[in-house]
Amino acid sequence: MALRDIAIVGTVQRPSEVNSTFTSVEILLPVIQQLLDKVGIERSDIGFWCHGSCDYMSGQPFSFVAAVDAIGAWPPIIESHVEADGALALYEAWVKIQTGEVDVALVFSNGKTTSGPIDQILSLQTDPYMVAPLKPGFDALAALQARACLDAGVMTERQMAEVASRSRRDANNNAIAFTKGNESVEELLAMPYTMNPLRAHDCATPVDGCNAVILAAGDIARRLAERPAWIRGIDHRIDTQRLGARSMIESSSAAIAAQKAGVGNDRIDVAEIHAPYTHQELLLRNAMGLGESTHINPSGGALVANPLMAAGLARFAEAAESIFAASADRVLAHCTSGPMLQQNLVCVMEGE
Amino acid sequence: MSEADGLVRLRQPIGVTYNWSAGPNATSHLAGLMNGKFVGKRCPSCALVYFPPRNGVCPKCAKILAGDVEVGPKGTITTFCIVNVPFLGQKIKLPYVAAQILLDGADISMQHLIQECEAEDVRIGMRVEPVWKDKSEWGPSLENIQHFRPTGEPDRVMGTESGAS
Repeated sequence: MALRDIAIVGTVQRPSEVNSTFTSVEILLPVIQQLLDKVGIERSDIGFWCHGSCDYMSGQPFSFVAAVDAIGAWPPIIESHVEADGALALYEAWVKIQTGEVDVALVFSNGKTTSGPIDQILSLQTDPYMVAPLKPGFDALAALQARACLDAGVMTERQMAEVASRSRRDANNNAIAFTKGNESVEELLAMPYTMNPLRAHDCATPVDGCNAVILAAGDIARRLAERPAWIRGIDHRIDTQRLGARSMIESSSAAIAAQKAGVGNDRIDVAEIHAPYTHQELLLRNAMGLGESTHINPSGGALVANPLMAAGLARFAEAAESIFAASADRVLAHCTSGPMLQQNLVCVMEGE
Repeated sequence: MSEADGLVRLRQPIGVTYNWSAGPNATSHLAGLMNGKFVGKRCPSCALVYFPPRNGVCPKCAKILAGDVEVGPKGTITTFCIVNVPFLGQKIKLPYVAAQILLDGADISMQHLIQECEAEDVRIGMRVEPVWKDKSEWGPSLENIQHFRPTGEPDRVMGTESGAS
């Protein structure tokens, strides 16, 4: 079966904030309305709605059901939810359009990352028998990975600081970003460790945020956007949940996903990588085979604003916008999930 | 940890504390309850009055609710259920009635208890009023109301009013 041509035709992201006093529904609704207005279509034109969020973040079972209020469910609509990043919801929407059942889908995601102790909440993702009772802490697991990488010589602390310095500078030009700065590599290296070998700037800033994108097929996409971001390859791979059975100094799931998505078939102009820690960006660049010619995270990446469950879809939005603006012709969007890069979704998009 | 029977047992309870925000719309509703008032919100598009104001939006129109509207305190039973089954943690003597109550002026119903009458006398259309707990026990919650009780007014015929009830 020939695959349908499917593209992102519009995106909206809400600027990052912390300790938001709005409900998820109250922040999602204006973003979705803004996106519909921007693309110039009505709710009734959307064939499929797909949502990414996580009940653990809000601390409320079935909190995702409330989000249906934000999209207007009367007359009845076709919708779905993934208990995951919005990037996975985009994958589901892409599959839905591939089936031929619908031509246009709206994908949205939200995360109130600052309403709970996110480091503890995320460690509940680990194996509930052998690992979660130890309450390892998400930053601590990442620090173990960083230590293994440094000891194995696959990267240096200076390279990690370079990632942070570049990301914080790029964030100055991004209205969505939260953490901004102009520190040099030397200045960052002079900062104390927060969890050796990680320093504060090596870890992503948890923020509250939400975003939405519209996908459309074929000529509909050409009508809705001047320069749609065509999805040329998309793949999702998962490493074992057994932390001790994984190599900490490489990411085999990211490498396979990148290969299946066709990353290496041509040059990549811009890569938006979802790396919540500086060393993970370096690991992912290696795994996905990205070289010097690729502009990494011009948005500042998840390091400067990490609205969990929305940060991956944000990478798709940023990458697609660079196609819309014709500042890039071939881009990569990536989403990770789980401790130490357990899951990786890679997508290649092109302009026409 | 104990090794009484040769097995190592480990008990590791996990708890997470959240700062949950009600959002601006539910906040005026909850603040109203602390003052003994039922405060709902009106949809700026379809004009339906939501009590409680759900997630601050009208799900029908996908619009943020705007404007406080005081409703009640009396209401009408739109449907009910007689609870006869004992369950763990039960606080009320069986049998009791859980009812959906449409407060006067509201367009969606809320659930509460019906007491001070026999369960078999409860019916759709019955007029009820709230019985508040002592003020010292009030918080931002519908639990400020002990229960609803019949007013003795004539029944209201449901489905004859405008609204989404």
